[in-house]
Amino acid sequence: MSTVPTVISPDLSGRRAPALGGFNLTALKLEIRRLTRNRRTIIIAIVVPVVFFLLFGTGQAYDTQSAGHGNVSAFVMISLALYGAVLATTFSGAMVSIERSQGWSRQLRLTPLSPVAYIAIKIATALVLGFCSVAAVYIAGIVTHKASMSVGLWIGTGFSVWIGSLLFAAFGLFIGYLLPAENVMQLMGLILGLLSFAGGLFIPVSQYAPTVQDIAKWTPLYGLNQLVHTPMLGNGVDWTWVVNVLAWLIIFVAGAAWRFRLDTARV
Amino acid sequence: MTVTDAKTGNWPAGGAPPAVELTGISKNFGHVQAVRNVDLRLRSGEIVAILGPNGAGKTSTIDIILGLSQPSSGRVSVLGMQPRQAISRGLISAVMQTGGLLRDLTVRETVEYTASLFARTQTVKEVLSGAGITEIADRRVGKCSGGEQQRLRFALALLSDPELLVLDEPTTGMDVEGRRNFWAAIRKDAEQGRTVLFATHYLEEADAYADRIVLLRHGRIVADGTASEIKAMAAGRTVRATLPGASEAMLSGIPGADTVEVRGDTVLVHSTDSDATARYLLTSTSAKDLEITARGIEDAFIALTGDDADVSAANKGAI
Repeated sequence: MSTVPTVISPDLSGRRAPALGGFNLTALKLEIRRLTRNRRTIIIAIVVPVVFFLLFGTGQAYDTQSAGHGNVSAFVMISLALYGAVLATTFSGAMVSIERSQGWSRQLRLTPLSPVAYIAIKIATALVLGFCSVAAVYIAGIVTHKASMSVGLWIGTGFSVWIGSLLFAAFGLFIGYLLPAENVMQLMGLILGLLSFAGGLFIPVSQYAPTVQDIAKWTPLYGLNQLVHTPMLGNGVDWTWVVNVLAWLIIFVAGAAWRFRLDTARV
Repeated sequence: MTVTDAKTGNWPAGGAPPAVELTGISKNFGHVQAVRNVDLRLRSGEIVAILGPNGAGKTSTIDIILGLSQPSSGRVSVLGMQPRQAISRGLISAVMQTGGLLRDLTVRETVEYTASLFARTQTVKEVLSGAGITEIADRRVGKCSGGEQQRLRFALALLSDPELLVLDEPTTGMDVEGRRNFWAAIRKDAEQGRTVLFATHYLEEADAYADRIVLLRHGRIVADGTASEIKAMAAGRTVRATLPGASEAMLSGIPGADTVEVRGDTVLVHSTDSDATARYLLTSTSAKDLEITARGIEDAFIALTGDDADVSAANKGAI
């Protein structure tokens, strides 16, 4: 039947699976390099928030007015750091749509990388780029000497914004698995702009018409934006903000998990 | 047919598991049966071609071996493990025809990234030089030609020194020279014990380079053997003669005859022993104008995989 003369028995003793399902720092480094290679991503997630801060957080007459435990400039800085971080984490998550459309996700399934480790790499990438966004706006705040609050609040609000933006890493993954399109990034930019307005990142929600305010309170950036400003404003936490964040977190994680399962399902 | 050989074959190598073992594998998509009760056993070091027309179940079978899809019924094992376990140990690699590369990474970064996912691989430098892509290492994948991308895919597949290499239409787009070099390299690997399973549409390629050909049709293995066995199985020869007044019943006992067809005065006998058939026709009947034609593997392929109306309807949706 076959012309193979002898049966060779392969030595499999030295063969093992990688630790952590294949999660490793080389892959993380290359993911971050990919993200930074996309100049548009860097401009939108890091440069634009800094420019907005310089325009609206340092050049206006109201900037040095006090607000809670800080001033208006610090308030604007926190908003725009959140804006940048949310763009950064959403983009990082939405990169999966490009990977799927180029067949890379399928190729990865023929490597030891476990699906969970792959998501972990994506989230770690989102955290790194999100950190860069927050750091860029906060450094602009330090350098311009306009934003004022205690050192503890600088660190506390910065950290809250950074960790809070992970909500949008889940959003990005969900959208990335939902829409297998190359132009998903442009769509994301538009959606996040609208959500930022609705969430009060650019203009306080209290300045909108009552009906608009009612709608805005249900949008996914509203609760998060209120919560990250709370330590500085010292106004106490409204439970509806927490519910807003948790509800959207559940929606995004459930949506991402659902699409992810469909994508990696062995049918 | 040697389909069942795989089932009953002995494996003397101290109980070493076969490279691939499919037992009673079926795969249904809705009510379409893409793979039907396939048994297949590959030994280490074999080069096996999987051949069949579109919709024959090649891709479905390969996906099951790679763990990309789950069989509806039956058992699959690769080197005695579940496909996913074998993949996590770097024992299986596959090269797909298109896609599977990130355009925004460089060639070197792609190798680095993939290598980082395995417990143990060759060094990136060795892999690049082994695949002859050192000089394009810093080029973006999106800027590489089709041939360069294909070399990169091979480099990635060989990173973990897999025991089983699965190739989907591996030499599409290669010139004759490239194809010959490619197969020389594959053959060398197989001598070291690597098992190679490739899907192809190039019959000549299966004929020339595979130790064994598995022919699929409508999700079933219709033939399994060496190229010459396959040719002998279906090809035989056709003996054509002029014999007025012949009937199929009258000719059914002809030595060597497989099938007999009468078209007016012309008789077409498909024969596995054309000498005996010809001798009989010329000596025992009044047949004249005798013609004997041999069939190539192409004809064998068509003969073995040709459509039957009854099964083709059920199989239309299968990919």
